[in-house]
Amino acid sequence: MTRRLPLAAVAVALLLAWIVGYPLLMTLVEALGGSAGGGGWTLENFQQFFARPDEWIALWRSLWISAASVVLAALVGVPLAFLFERTEFPGRRFLGAVAALPVALPPLVGVIAFLFLYGESGLVSRVVQSVLGLAQPPWRLAGPGAILLVHAYSMYVYFYLFTRAGLARLDAALLEAAASLGAGRTRTLFQVTLPVLRPALVSAALLTFMTSLASFSAPYLFGGSFRVMTTQIVASKLNGEVAMAQVEAVMLAALAILGLWALRRTDRGAGSTGVRGVAPARRVLRSPFARLGTGALGWLLAGVLLLPHAMLLLISLVPPFTWTTEWIPPVLRLSNWAALVSQPEKLRPVLNSLWMAAASTAAALALGFAAARLSVACKGFLSGSLEWLIALPWAVPGTVFAVALATTFGVSQPWLGRFVLIGTPAILPLAYLVRSLPLTGRGSIAGLRALDPALEEAAASLGADRWRRLWRVVVPMLRPALAAGAGLAFITALGDLIVSIVLYTYDTRPISMEILSSLRLQDLGMAAVYSVLLMTASAAAFLLWMRGEAR
Amino acid sequence: MPPFLVLDGLEKSFGRNPVLRGLSLEVGKGEVLALLGPSGSGKTTALRLIAGFEAPDRGAIRVGGEDVTGLPPERRRFGMVFQHYALFPHLDIAENVAFGLDGRLSREETARRVAAALALVDLPGFERRRVGEISGGQQQRVALARALAPEPRVLLLDEPLSNLDPSLRERTRRELRRAIERVDITTVLVTHEQDEAFHLGDRVAVLHGGKLHQAGSPEDLYERPATRFVAGFVGRASGVVGTLEPDGTVLLAGKGGPVCWPGTAAPELDGAAPGTAVELVVRPESLALQPPGTPGALTGRVTERRFAGAGTYYLVLLDSGEVEVLAGASAAQPGDEVAVAPADRGPAPRIFRWQNSGLSASVPVARSLR
Repeated sequence: MTRRLPLAAVAVALLLAWIVGYPLLMTLVEALGGSAGGGGWTLENFQQFFARPDEWIALWRSLWISAASVVLAALVGVPLAFLFERTEFPGRRFLGAVAALPVALPPLVGVIAFLFLYGESGLVSRVVQSVLGLAQPPWRLAGPGAILLVHAYSMYVYFYLFTRAGLARLDAALLEAAASLGAGRTRTLFQVTLPVLRPALVSAALLTFMTSLASFSAPYLFGGSFRVMTTQIVASKLNGEVAMAQVEAVMLAALAILGLWALRRTDRGAGSTGVRGVAPARRVLRSPFARLGTGALGWLLAGVLLLPHAMLLLISLVPPFTWTTEWIPPVLRLSNWAALVSQPEKLRPVLNSLWMAAASTAAALALGFAAARLSVACKGFLSGSLEWLIALPWAVPGTVFAVALATTFGVSQPWLGRFVLIGTPAILPLAYLVRSLPLTGRGSIAGLRALDPALEEAAASLGADRWRRLWRVVVPMLRPALAAGAGLAFITALGDLIVSIVLYTYDTRPISMEILSSLRLQDLGMAAVYSVLLMTASAAAFLLWMRGEAR
Repeated sequence: MPPFLVLDGLEKSFGRNPVLRGLSLEVGKGEVLALLGPSGSGKTTALRLIAGFEAPDRGAIRVGGEDVTGLPPERRRFGMVFQHYALFPHLDIAENVAFGLDGRLSREETARRVAAALALVDLPGFERRRVGEISGGQQQRVALARALAPEPRVLLLDEPLSNLDPSLRERTRRELRRAIERVDITTVLVTHEQDEAFHLGDRVAVLHGGKLHQAGSPEDLYERPATRFVAGFVGRASGVVGTLEPDGTVLLAGKGGPVCWPGTAAPELDGAAPGTAVELVVRPESLALQPPGTPGALTGRVTERRFAGAGTYYLVLLDSGEVEVLAGASAAQPGDEVAVAPADRGPAPRIFRWQNSGLSASVPVARSLR
């Protein structure tokens, strides 16, 4: 049963190392002047990086924007989680689900929706401007404030979901023990509830920090001259400063790994008691005033959260150049949607994204699951390497991977495992695949670890060989986790801008690039049509994921 | 009975921790063997070696003359019922039971065999139920039906009843016993409960520390335990410490002078010289309370009275050890001074070499005899 495992594990580990670890290594090597250029090792590129203040500033901005995003997301997400998990009021279940919605919006789509709502000619801006009788739009949606607004909107969900899960796991006996020892509500909150929630909060902070550090769409569309590392890297790459882009990628990767390490360090210490108790009962709001207030607040929140979705749908119905000065668009027609179906050039990006996302998801599912199964079955170094390689694309920002793949697969050195894939239809699916591995692989690992080994033993004792055990027992048992991972991988690839902007070719241009070019051409309707498509696909995948989680 | 399943010198270590140290056992065709032992005795490892989930470091497993030591579990044709049943939650009851059947069987034949297996465990008509919908006792029976449906050569049961409510256990145990008898299948079951082993097993093998201490009928184990461990683990027993007399009795120290109690010597005492420090291990029903001063009795004080319905147990502290005595409900009260003597009922006391790490006796021999 175990003889052939190590060989298969080595093969999968090598494949993963080649597409995940090797490109990062090559980027570092080339940033240090090795390999392709033929020159010797040098720190010259790094010296240049450190000599340019705008590089330093971009690095610093990435750091503080991420830190501020964590704080803002926590300030929104944690109170919301307490509201929906610890109190009972009419509409709690529905509103509680709506509150998780922003996470399902692809980053680019969220940014577009914000542009349509709060941009200079956005709906909300227009309403405020005309209500207050202003000559200028009341605000400019640009710079760090705009970036943080979008980050807070899309990332508070991490804190919200993690805190809710933590609260649901909380043992009511802990709170009762605190009360019986004479602790009041405030003391219980700060000395019992929050410390117990700490692992959940740290996880949420980690996820927010990493997502924010890798965030590209918001800084790209709202940042302007306010460059963070991700936009700085893409600018260098588009300007042809390849060596500088490589150094910047190395620096951003270093920052990400440093952040990961620092946040992991704070996670040591008090864990759970291992006893799973009964979750405390929700506090039923009895006073009609409190019920009404909470309900109204909840519905208002739902409105604010759903506004971006509604806005995209609305704009997708606005024919080009028909909405000029009015509050609300005067003409609504399906012409944009008709154009999508009737003009092959407009449908092309959708088909491109669909096949590339489908191919990369299928590959990521197979590779992630295989690596997970081998990692769980093996022990020691091999198991650790497999798990590490699966997780690496999660820790390293997508922009870095884009540069790494461009570096590694831009030259032909077959003896070094480097082939020219840049400019071919293969590069984007490969990039999506690498980025999807953590989504499919980590879920598989968790699912396999939770699987009772007796189930496979039972199947074996009933005469089922390895493949039958896999298809009849393991895969069906893991189906929710696999479906969830595949769904997330699919929508991530479908709406990807981060790696696409660096690696795309015109023939295989994905939806995100078409959205950007529609915006540039002031064809807001088409941009909205594409956004609605992404939004719908994401919502479907998100529902799939929620169902998987609920199991 | 010719041996059908043979375990030959099985050894297994996990890391540096030896779990089985040379286990040899034979099970006859159609016989039910219970592996009994405390946790850590190696009984579960033995079962997993038989099933093929682990490979032994040394030794061999043979079935009907065929060496299956190197065969993977799926090719052994052994049925197994797991401690937590391991029913497949994504399949319904019929699909679970049919899992081990030959995939080339016709649909009707499969359905017929599934129905037969479910009828065997008294669950007819349960085919389309989900695993989560049925009770723990029913799950146990489905697990049994699933293991038996492919008509395995050997049935393996891992703590088959430990996951059930105590109130359900006895009934399920009877049903299990009946089902096994009906199929007449060679069975190995693992348990840490003596009741279970005695009820289900034709023969019981007691394991301790990775070694076989004794294999025999329940009566053998209870009346003629081979080792001090078996005497203490199987049934209730207490020990008193004394020295071996030339006539084979045991000299015990008492307040009114030493007395001699009879017993049968364990194999380990073969050839032991008179004067050897020994422990006389005696069942509660083999002792009786007597009025103080009865000749041949030891005097002590009652430290605890435990009413257990059918009888009442008294703990009596003697000079040579603390013993448990079965007597009438009103025979004595805690604090009473009583005399304890061998009764004319119950199995004969068993004599073992005295080991200072014994389970109950703790009185130093030297002091008690002077």
